[in-house]
Amino acid sequence: MTMVDQAPVVEVVGATVRFPAELALDRVDFRMFAGEVHSLMGENGAGKSTLIKALTGALPLDAGVIRLHGEQVRFSTPHDALAAGISTVYQEIDLLPNLTVAENIWLGREPRHLGVIDWRRMRTAARGVLVDLGLDIDPASLLGTHSLAVQQLVAIARAISTEVKVLVLDEPTSSLDLDEVAELFRVIRELKQRGVAILFVSHFLDQVYEICDRVTVLRGGRLVGEYLTRELLRIDLVQKMLGRSSGELVTRQRSDPPTAELTAPYLSARGIEAPGIDGVDVDLVEGEVLGVAGLLGSGRSELARAITGVDGITSGVIRIAGTPRHPRQPRQAISLGVVYSSENRRTDGIISELSIRENITLALQAQRGILHRIPASRERELAASWIDALDIRPSDPERAAGTLSGGNQQKLLLARLLALAPRALVLDEPTRGIDVGAKVEIQNLVTELADNGLSVMFISAELEEVLRVSNRVLVMRGGELVGSHAADSLTVDSLLAMVARPDDEG
Amino acid sequence: MTSVPVTTEKAPTGVVRRFLSRRASWVPVFAAVVLLVVIFAAAQAYFGNILTPRVISALLLDNAYLFILAVGMTFVILTGGIDLSVGAVMAFTGMFGASLMRDGMPSAAVVPIMLLLGAAFGLAIGVLVQYFDVQPFIASLAAMFAARGLAFMVSLDSIKVEDGAILWLQSTRLQAGVGSWYITPTGIIALLVVLVGALVLAFTRFGRTIYAIGGSEQSARLMGLPVVRTKLLAYVVSGVCAGLAGVVFTAYTGASYPLNGIGTELDTIAAVVIGGTLLTGGSGYVVGSMIGVFVYGTIKTVISFLGADQSWTRISIGALLLMFVVVQRVIVARSNRR
Amino acid sequence: MKKILRHRMFWPVIALLALIVLNTIARPSFISITVQNGQLYGALIDILRNSAPLMLVSLGMMIVIATRGIDLSVGAIMAVSGAVALTIIADSPSPDDLGTVLVAILVGVLVSLLLGIWNGFLVAVVGVQPIIATLVLMLAGRGVALLITGGFITTINSAPYKFMAQGYVIGLPFAFFVSIAAIVIVALIERRTALGVLTEAVGINPEASRLAGVRARGIIWGAYAASGVLAGFAGILYTSNIMAADANAAGLYIELYAILAVVLGGTSLAGGKFTVAGTVVGVFTIETLRSTILFLGVPSAVAPLFLAIVVVIVVLVQSQRLRGAVAKLAQALRPKKPEVAR
Repeated sequence: MTMVDQAPVVEVVGATVRFPAELALDRVDFRMFAGEVHSLMGENGAGKSTLIKALTGALPLDAGVIRLHGEQVRFSTPHDALAAGISTVYQEIDLLPNLTVAENIWLGREPRHLGVIDWRRMRTAARGVLVDLGLDIDPASLLGTHSLAVQQLVAIARAISTEVKVLVLDEPTSSLDLDEVAELFRVIRELKQRGVAILFVSHFLDQVYEICDRVTVLRGGRLVGEYLTRELLRIDLVQKMLGRSSGELVTRQRSDPPTAELTAPYLSARGIEAPGIDGVDVDLVEGEVLGVAGLLGSGRSELARAITGVDGITSGVIRIAGTPRHPRQPRQAISLGVVYSSENRRTDGIISELSIRENITLALQAQRGILHRIPASRERELAASWIDALDIRPSDPERAAGTLSGGNQQKLLLARLLALAPRALVLDEPTRGIDVGAKVEIQNLVTELADNGLSVMFISAELEEVLRVSNRVLVMRGGELVGSHAADSLTVDSLLAMVARPDDEG
Repeated sequence: MTSVPVTTEKAPTGVVRRFLSRRASWVPVFAAVVLLVVIFAAAQAYFGNILTPRVISALLLDNAYLFILAVGMTFVILTGGIDLSVGAVMAFTGMFGASLMRDGMPSAAVVPIMLLLGAAFGLAIGVLVQYFDVQPFIASLAAMFAARGLAFMVSLDSIKVEDGAILWLQSTRLQAGVGSWYITPTGIIALLVVLVGALVLAFTRFGRTIYAIGGSEQSARLMGLPVVRTKLLAYVVSGVCAGLAGVVFTAYTGASYPLNGIGTELDTIAAVVIGGTLLTGGSGYVVGSMIGVFVYGTIKTVISFLGADQSWTRISIGALLLMFVVVQRVIVARSNRR
Repeated sequence: MKKILRHRMFWPVIALLALIVLNTIARPSFISITVQNGQLYGALIDILRNSAPLMLVSLGMMIVIATRGIDLSVGAIMAVSGAVALTIIADSPSPDDLGTVLVAILVGVLVSLLLGIWNGFLVAVVGVQPIIATLVLMLAGRGVALLITGGFITTINSAPYKFMAQGYVIGLPFAFFVSIAAIVIVALIERRTALGVLTEAVGINPEASRLAGVRARGIIWGAYAASGVLAGFAGILYTSNIMAADANAAGLYIELYAILAVVLGGTSLAGGKFTVAGTVVGVFTIETLRSTILFLGVPSAVAPLFLAIVVVIVVLVQSQRLRGAVAKLAQALRPKKPEVAR
C-alpha cells in the first residue's frame, strides 16, 4: 500500500507552535499519502493534538508551512481546512446532541428549497450516508439519544459526506467496543480504497498495527521519525515513544529496598474497580518508592485518582494504616495522610493567580479549617522554608504562581503536599514537560522522601526514570495490573517488553 | 481489547421509543401544556366561569406584548445568552414613538423607526457580547439602563397617543358574536410573530445555527457555521421584538409611560423557561414560549378572579420557574452522565 | 512609581478622585462641610450616609462574585427584610420601644439569612447556575414583600428605627458607622480567618481547590448566606431612611449598582481575587456619580443612562486590557494570533 514515489496529499514542514510556557511543537515534519492510513504516536505532551490542530486549522503555526497537493496553504479557521478537504473527527465528539442525526451530518450544508430547509431531502440524504457506513438508525432521531459509539460514527458520516481528501480521526476508538471497532475499521478500509488519506490517532497499539500503514512518532514536541508499520517492531515503536536508546545503563538511586514483606503497607488496595481500571491491587509501603509503568490509556492515572479519593472507586477495598477507608473526596484522603499531585499541574494543580506562599499553604490551610488561619508569620516561615528546601525560583513568595516555569510549578505543588506532612505521596507524571535540571531535582527529592520513611507512588511515562527512582514497579496495561516486580530485577528492555506486549498475550 | 464498554442500542420497541428519540426536546413543552390544562381545569372547577371565550380572548389581548417579547427572548436564550433589556427597550421605543406621533409624525413612519431603534439596541448588545467578550447578562444590563434612562429623557410623564392607526390596533375587535371569541390586530400581530419565529427556527439555516450554537458554540465553530453573524442577529431579533412590543403596548395602553415594562424582562424569561426552553441554550421552541406566556397570563387572570393580591402572580411564577429550573438541572445532569 | 501604577487599586482610586475634583471645580460647595448643632453637613457627608445600603449589598456581592457567582436577589431580599421589620414595628403597641425595634431588625435579618441560605442551596448543592438560581428570588421576593405589607406601603413612626439612617453619632451619620462596621467585619472575617484566600482559590480554580482539599461547597453556600444577611441589613437601613416599606421601590436595581461597584473596585466578574478596599472605593464612586448627576439637574430617573455609559466604559476597559495582554502575547510570538481555545 505504500507509495513512496507518489507525492504526499498533505505535507507539514518545520511546524512550530509555542505556548506561553512551552514549545508544543518544535520543527516537526509530517506527511500523508492518498489511500494510506497513517498513525501519529506519542505520549502525553508529545505534541500530537497540537499537530492535529495545526493541520485542521484550529491553531495557527508559529513557523513552518502546510502544503496540500504541493501547494502552500494557510488555514485560519477549521472551516478553511474543511473547504480544502481536510475533515476531522475529534476525540471529544464535537457534534450537537441537541439536534437530529441528519442535521449533525448536514448542518451548514442543508438541502434547501427557496431558502427553506428541505427536511425530507435532508433525512433521505443522511440515511444514504449512514447506510454507507453500515449504520441503520433513524436520521430524524436526536443525536443525544444514541450511544457514544453511534455518535462517533455519525461524526465520521459528517466528515465523509464532503469531498474529503484527508480524514483525521483523533482517538476514535476510545469509547468503542470490539465489534464497533471492527465496524469502524471496515469503514476506514473502504475509505482507503476510495483514495482518502487517513490519520488515525490511537493509544491502542494493537489497533495501530492492525490498520495503519505508516507511523510518525513524536516526543516532547519533536519529531522522532516516520516509519512503515510493517517494518517497525512493536517494542521499537514503544521505545521511540518513550524515548531512550537501548542498552544504556540505569543508575539506580534506590539500591537497597526495604523488604515489603516485613513492613505492613500504609495503604493497601485490593480489587480496585473504577472507570478505566479493572481489579487492581496496590500496596504503598513506607520507605518505598512504587513506580508505575504503562502507556497512555493503561489506567495508570485512573489508578492514582481512584485510590486518592479524586474520582473514587466503584468497588474494591482500600485499607489505610490497616483500617478500611473509602475516601470520596481528596479532602478525606488528605486527612488520612494520602495526597495526590495531578499530571495536569496547570489546570488541576496550581491556583495561578494566588501567590507562591498562598499556594504552598493552601492545602494545609484547608485541612486546618477556615477559622484556624495559619498565622501570617508562620505562613511566611513555611513558604520560605519550602521555597528554600525545594529551591523554587524565583524565590519571591509573593509572586503569582502562574508566572512560574513548569518545573517550579511542580515543586510548588510538591511543597503544598509535603507541608501536609503526608504518609503516602501519589505523584502522577511529576516530571513531564519540565527541564532536565528540575527533573533530576524532583527525582532526588522523591528518593530522599522515601529514605525518610514516606511511601511514594511514582507514575511516569519514562521507563528509565521509573527504574531509577523505584524500589518496586507495577506494570499496567489496558486498565489491568500485569506485573509487579522488584526494580532490581528489571532492565529498561525487560520493562519495555512488558509495557509494549500486545494485549492478547496478556 | 480494553475499551470501556458502551451500552448497545436496544432494538426500537415501537412508536413510543421512536417518538421519544425524535421528540425528546418537546417533552418540556408538553409539560407546560399539561400545566396550562391543569390550571385551567382547576380554575374552571373552582370558579366555573373561567373557560369562556371572553376570558380566553382577553388572555391574548392583555399579553400580546409579552408573546412578542418571549419570541425574541427565545432566540437569544437558545444561543445560550440572555437579554435583560427587553422591558426597558419596549418602554423607550414606546416613549419615543409616542413623542414623534405627538409632534405630528404619521404612524407609518414612526413604527419602522421604533423597530429600528429596537434593532439598534439588540445590535449594541450583540456587539458587546461578540466582539468585547462581555457577558450577555452585563451587556444587556447596560442596554437596559440606557433604554430606561432614555425613556425618561423623552419625557418624565406619560404621553397620550391619539394616532388613529395605532389605536385601531387595539380597539378593533374582530368578533364572532356578542360576548363571544374576538381578536384584536395586536393579537394577530402577536400570533404572526410566534408563527414567523417558529418557522424561522425550524426551517432556515439561521434558525438551525441558533440551536447549534446553543448546543455547543465550539462545535458550531468547528463545523464552520457563521457563529458571529448568527449570535449578533439573535440579539437584533430580540431588539426588533422589543420595538414591536413597544408599538403593541402603546396601542394597548393608549399612552406611553417611561415606567412601562419594569420587571417585564423577568416575566419574559420566566415564560420562556416555563415553556420548556433550556436556559443553557440549544433546546426549546417558540411555541413552548407561547404556552409559557399563556401560563403566565392565566395565573394572572386566576389571581384577579380570586381577588387576591397581584403579588401572588410573581410568587407563583417564581415558584414555577424554580420548579422548571431544578427539573432542567436534573435533566442536564442526567444527560451529562451519558 | 511603576508599582503604584500597577497596583490593582490605582485606577479605581484615580477614577474616584477625578470625580471628586470635577465636582469641586463645578461647584466648590461640594467639598465644604458645615457644622450645625455639632453635626456635619455637606455633599460629601450625604454621600457617606446615602451609600450605606449599597455598601452593605456590594460587600456581599463581592464575596459571591469572588466564588464565580452572582446574586441578583439582593434587591428583593432588601424589600423583604424591610417589609418584615416595618410590619413588626407597625403591629407592635410600642413602636418607639428599643426592644421592639431590635426584635424587628433581628427578625428581618434572620429572614434574609434564610433567603441567602436558600440561594446558596440552589447554587452549591443543586448546582443551578447562579444567575438563574438567584433570579427565582429576584422574581418572587418582591411578591413576598408585597404580601407582607399587604400590598400597601407600610409607614411607621419609631424614633429608634429612624435613628439608624437619619441619626448622628459624634457629628457623623449613624448609617456611616454601620457601613464602617460592615467593612471592618467583612475585612476581618475574610482576612483574619482563612475564608478570603480559600474563597479566592475556589473562584480561580474550583477543581485544583478540590484536589487541595478545600470544601468548595460550604464556602460557596456561605457566600450567598452572607450576601443575604448584608442585603437584609441594607433593607433595614433603606426603610429607616424613608420610614416606609415600599416593596416595589426598595432596593430596585441595587443588584446592578452593587455588581458595578464590585467590578469598578477591580474584582473580576470571572471570580477570584477580590479586595474589600476596592469595593469600598467602587461604592463611593457610584454614589459620587449619582450625586453628580443629581447636581447636573438631570432628573434622577434619567440617571440609569449615565450608569449604562459607565458600565460600557468599564467593560470595554476590562476587555481592552484583555486585548492588551493578548497583543503583548502575540508580539512575543508572532504578529497575528487569533484567540483559540486550547
